[in-house]
Amino acid sequence: MSSAEIIRRCEALYEDLDFTAAREWKAAEPGRKVIGFMPIYVPREIIHAAGMLPLGIFGGGDQLEVIHGDAYYQSYICRIPRSTIELAITKRLDFVDGMLFPSICDVIRNLSGIFKMMFPEMYVRYFDVPQNYRDEIGGAYYVEELHELKRGLEALGGREITDEALRRSIALYNENRRLVRELYDLRAAEPWRVPTYEAYLLLRAGMVLPVEEHSEMLRAYMAAVREEERPMRDNVRIVLNGSFCEQPPLGLIKSIEMAGCYVVDDDYILVTRWLREDVPVEGDPIENLARAFLHHSVDTAAKYTEREEDKGRYLLEQIRRRGAEGVIFAAPSFCDPALLERPMLADRLKEHGVPYISFKYAENSGQMQPIREQAGTFADSIKLWGDTGS
Amino acid sequence: MSSDTTRIDGKPEVVKEPSMLKQKEMIARNYEALTSAPETGRKVVSTFVPGNLNELVMCFDMLNNLPEINAIQNGLRKKSGAMIMDAEKRGHSEDVCTYVKADIGMMGKGNIAPNGKPLPPPDLLLLSYTGCFTFMKWFELLRHEYKCPTVMLHIPYQGDGRITPEMVKYVVKQLREEVIPAMEKVSGVKFDIDRLREYLRESAKAEDNLVWVLESAKNRPSPIDAYFGGVYYIGPIFTAFRGTKDATEYYEMLRGEIEERLRKGQHPITPEGEMEEERYRLVVEGPPNWTNFREFWKIFYEEGAVVVASTYTKVGGVYDLGFRHDPDKPLESLAEYCLGCYTNRNLPQRVDMLVQYIEEYQADGLLINSIKSCNSFSAGQLMMMREVEKRTGKPAAFIETDLVDPRYFSYANVKNRLESYFQMIDQKRRAAGAAA
Ligand code: SF4
Ligand code: SF4
Repeated sequence: MSSAEIIRRCEALYEDLDFTAAREWKAAEPGRKVIGFMPIYVPREIIHAAGMLPLGIFGGGDQLEVIHGDAYYQSYICRIPRSTIELAITKRLDFVDGMLFPSICDVIRNLSGIFKMMFPEMYVRYFDVPQNYRDEIGGAYYVEELHELKRGLEALGGREITDEALRRSIALYNENRRLVRELYDLRAAEPWRVPTYEAYLLLRAGMVLPVEEHSEMLRAYMAAVREEERPMRDNVRIVLNGSFCEQPPLGLIKSIEMAGCYVVDDDYILVTRWLREDVPVEGDPIENLARAFLHHSVDTAAKYTEREEDKGRYLLEQIRRRGAEGVIFAAPSFCDPALLERPMLADRLKEHGVPYISFKYAENSGQMQPIREQAGTFADSIKLWGDTGS
Repeated sequence: MSSDTTRIDGKPEVVKEPSMLKQKEMIARNYEALTSAPETGRKVVSTFVPGNLNELVMCFDMLNNLPEINAIQNGLRKKSGAMIMDAEKRGHSEDVCTYVKADIGMMGKGNIAPNGKPLPPPDLLLLSYTGCFTFMKWFELLRHEYKCPTVMLHIPYQGDGRITPEMVKYVVKQLREEVIPAMEKVSGVKFDIDRLREYLRESAKAEDNLVWVLESAKNRPSPIDAYFGGVYYIGPIFTAFRGTKDATEYYEMLRGEIEERLRKGQHPITPEGEMEEERYRLVVEGPPNWTNFREFWKIFYEEGAVVVASTYTKVGGVYDLGFRHDPDKPLESLAEYCLGCYTNRNLPQRVDMLVQYIEEYQADGLLINSIKSCNSFSAGQLMMMREVEKRTGKPAAFIETDLVDPRYFSYANVKNRLESYFQMIDQKRRAAGAAA
């Protein structure tokens, strides 16, 4: 299959707000269940081991007209909760058996309560994670959280989740994470070969497809693009930060590259790269998942940074490792975690002489022109700065 | 009853009862202790109102500084607007919580306390917070500026509407292994659990009286306003005084005053004297607006609207539902306190509370003051409003203001909205009367 064909499939999945692929998966065998989850991190391994499909819900994008959702959220709250409610009210989530709301911010937290009230029949769980990273403190608590999730899914599915099943799922997700890392490495090495909107669509496909199928897709895509000729452009290399929850419209993702910036790292669909190392397959699987979260997870605004000197370290590492020349802060309007984090990260960049720009978006932003101009000017200034060597 | 009704610049001043004067003196003394810390050598802990560990802070002879209270003070004094603009000029987004920006702007202006003296930089940031993620980022921002030690006490959210034994265990473990050692290190004082028990015993006494005061609003007429007046009543117990003899005395005094008002069948005291008539009894959800606090309140008392119960007065502890600090299980009790604060409760629990208040306090309806920059309170309030209307059959209204950003308070809008709300209540009453 050519990369274009694969991307067309991803596009179709992305545009399908009825989640037909997931519905079909569910209908294929009696008793199958689907568990929706919001950005940023949930342990999909446990859902998978329960024989269920973890389904990433990333709002409604720019194709969904929000009519009912506006009656639930005021105008000064980001858009993802209202479009998620819209999806639910318009019955697009009527096949979903449960919803997980990871602890990311106050909006998602309260959204979990709204779902509890609106859909009392549904398995709705706020998924808390520790902000203390010591095994015997935060770890002990988190292991209990994971067990509770496991028990909840067992009750919902009417069957036990065995350690064997968990280990198999962990292995499958390890493989998927390795492939995603490979994709990101490839894009950083040869960004003209893997345009960001393609990488993005591939990751989005992973939110609706079973992991086995998604891994296949990633392999096929990478094999195809390695063979294909693609024109190299004189773009600057940037890291994009702040888009971990409500996603920008596809047009915006494309615009940044068209304006002269190659995205060589980002925080889109972070759940796919949350654990930076393989989760050990041997030993107690729940403990292993907990440890991986505590010690090998990415840095993002929804997590507490224990030591002041570590603030921004992950971003600086991304810049160094990927050979980036600048940072674009792109956050959803009204997004407290991203916007509160930004000044601290910006200070770190200043200290290290890394240029950056900032803007805000909404998932339904229509006006790309100002962002394209801003990104274009940014790219030009980096090139100029590089030329003069100052 | 002695009262002090001084007028400054011809404007009426709040009528002062003895308890108010006592509170004023306590707050002044606390600011004095804070601003003179560099001379006295006492260590300063900055922490938040919901989930604050005042009893524990006192065990280490440290002083408790609360950035939200500073922001409120600056809001009331109309100084917060400029501070917020300053923070925005320094790269802070216009979209985020205005308490944070008021605090950061205040720092830029030398951190001047209400007594005109600079607040010292904190010796420890105690990130004990409940129900709001912004708190976490806020202290990361302060740590970024002050480069001082910071200790995190993570309080899990009551996502399923209950406190589990695992949650308590987790919080207690953090207290034992993270918070207490950090406080010992900064203060140089060794932890003494008996001292903590003593303070907790004192807290519980004050808490009993606070609950009595808040519940006095079940009477008709209500002798108190449980929102505008309520924010004064919760002051000592939600801040640096919980666990002190001062707080116990304050609440005894307050209770005495209100018993007296009840005996006389009096209405609440407002900045312009006693309210004359109780025409509407309301339950209010959400924090008040601070920059225009007096004007805001006035719209209510001019119409004879009394707030008989509010959720804002539960941010620093939901005592009326039964929680008390308990000297017999000191650390567990601190953990349960933190876990139980209002915004750490999930939305269904918050709705239950509002419904219960409307019924128990025989209110005419619910008013939501939705704060533009506070997602913790505001995200989901429209749904809460509809649920409460559905379950109680009482009308609800929704207004939007901000905490300390004067740009977001529109007097005309708020007044219009409230006036039509009061008319709606009248209509409902007439309809009910006609039906009867
Ligand atoms: S976009 Fe930001 S504020 Fe909105 S739900 Fe996501 S993390 Fe929370
Ligand atoms: S968001 Fe709300 S609860 Fe959180 S700090 Fe700001 S005002 Fe307080």
